Amino acid sequence: MTPRHPSVSLIGRYAGGGGGIATDELWALESHLESCGDCRRHLADLVGERAPEVSALVAGVWAELTPRLHAVPPTPQARRWVRRSATWWPPAMMSWFVTTVMATLFLVVAGHLLGAVGVTPMLLAAPVLPALGVAAAWSRGLDPAYELTISSPRAGLPLVLRRTAVVLVAVMPVLLVAGALTGISLAQWLLPSLAFTTGTLGLGSLIGMTRAAVALMSAWATVIVASSAALHDGVFALQPGSMPVWAALGALGAVLVVLRRNNYTSLAIHR
Amino acid sequence: MTRSIGSADLAPAKYAFEIRAEGLEVTVGRRRKAVDGMDLALGTGVHGMLGPNGAGKTTLIRTLATVLHPSGGTLELFGTPLRALADKRELRRRIGYLPQEFGYYKRFTVREFVEYMAWLKEVPGKEVPGAVQRAVERVGLADRADHRLKTLSGGMVRRAGIAQAIVNDPRILLLDEPTVGLDPAQRLRFRELLQQLGLDCCVVVSTHLVEDVAAACTDVVLVAEGRLVFQGSPDELAAAGGPEHVGDSPIERGYSALLAPHSGDRGAW
Repeated sequence: MTPRHPSVSLIGRYAGGGGGIATDELWALESHLESCGDCRRHLADLVGERAPEVSALVAGVWAELTPRLHAVPPTPQARRWVRRSATWWPPAMMSWFVTTVMATLFLVVAGHLLGAVGVTPMLLAAPVLPALGVAAAWSRGLDPAYELTISSPRAGLPLVLRRTAVVLVAVMPVLLVAGALTGISLAQWLLPSLAFTTGTLGLGSLIGMTRAAVALMSAWATVIVASSAALHDGVFALQPGSMPVWAALGALGAVLVVLRRNNYTSLAIHR
Repeated sequence: MTRSIGSADLAPAKYAFEIRAEGLEVTVGRRRKAVDGMDLALGTGVHGMLGPNGAGKTTLIRTLATVLHPSGGTLELFGTPLRALADKRELRRRIGYLPQEFGYYKRFTVREFVEYMAWLKEVPGKEVPGAVQRAVERVGLADRADHRLKTLSGGMVRRAGIAQAIVNDPRILLLDEPTVGLDPAQRLRFRELLQQLGLDCCVVVSTHLVEDVAAACTDVVLVAEGRLVFQGSPDELAAAGGPEHVGDSPIERGYSALLAPHSGDRGAW
């Protein structure tokens, strides 16, 4: 339905004081003027013509008010980027990011010093670094505003995925550069790291994010130790043949996340 | 700026009490029932929740804020029964919550912090600046709105916390120990704010300070060992105590009279 605008003559009569306009018409006109910018502009023009004393009064008020308004210092513009960026990147995640960069640097250097080929410290750590980021994004200890966040309407799966996406976007370039420096290929760690990420999220909805990350890292360490004891020439879990298993584990984690989606609004996931 | 009145504001309430609990049980940790069979009906007004430490006040408030799930009994908010795995977005938009351990980002200014919270509370983007300004003015922080939180005193930070709780114009406002860190003058202002908020909102304030309850609350809820011990007006609470009970004011004597049967052997202090 397109709104019907009042006639110019009606607006003119209204501008001239509204004498002779029926009450119901007046009411309809005023409620229309509240919502219609074009008609308000007509009214402003017509007030200048029909009721110069009103325009003079308004102009006088402005003339007196303007110097006073200039004397008041303007409210500093809120740093909008702070709030915008916080919606993607809560300040609490900065410490995790710095730690990750430092840890990666350390692993790269350690790999060079040890002269390890094939199984480098970097290769072993790369899959779990994003999972740690996920845990950090939802950690009671790292995020001072965790209880406010978790009690808000926006808490829940969308916010979890948003923060996870940011973690991945932040950590992937670091890992790519580190991978290029140490000569490990993307294919070797990408699927495992995604599987660890969804695994942490899924398991986290059951036992808490931090616990989930710790549990998965312990499991990963056990796998490494077991496999390096069994075979001396590498970690079977990161061979190309194991990739379907990682994909399946990742999918399992994702399914768990979707099934438990309403659990991300409870304090329990912060344990 | 005028506020437009939406259909949500004009819709008739389909419930008698904003908060209604029957036989509510909440388990904390593995076994301990912090709330154990609580029956509660709270409507519009200011409800002061009193009780000794460990009585289950914080657990109850967290349950009302829907961050903890009841392990038994029923809880209705706005007439809607709360289910453990339901989508709570719609409910939460109408709830304001100030946790006891209230954490914040130190580098944020008051305005940035309240704006961020308004985003988390899904206040429509266009309404955010106005809503933030109103909330900040109501708690008397307008002149400090652009100061960083780390430069503010404890009392002002608490007020910023109250501002974030009311930024979404909640119908249920849950304040856990909001008067900690406020000086006497600020507490007087805070009581006025409470009375104002209680006109059209169900405010639940947990506190240790009996005099706050006497001055600002229309209703007292006394909790001990996870159960409701007493609910009534401050005057009724005062009437429960006699000269033989411990306390410096009638309401304190009423408090100790009602809690005496529940103190058990923990009454040494």
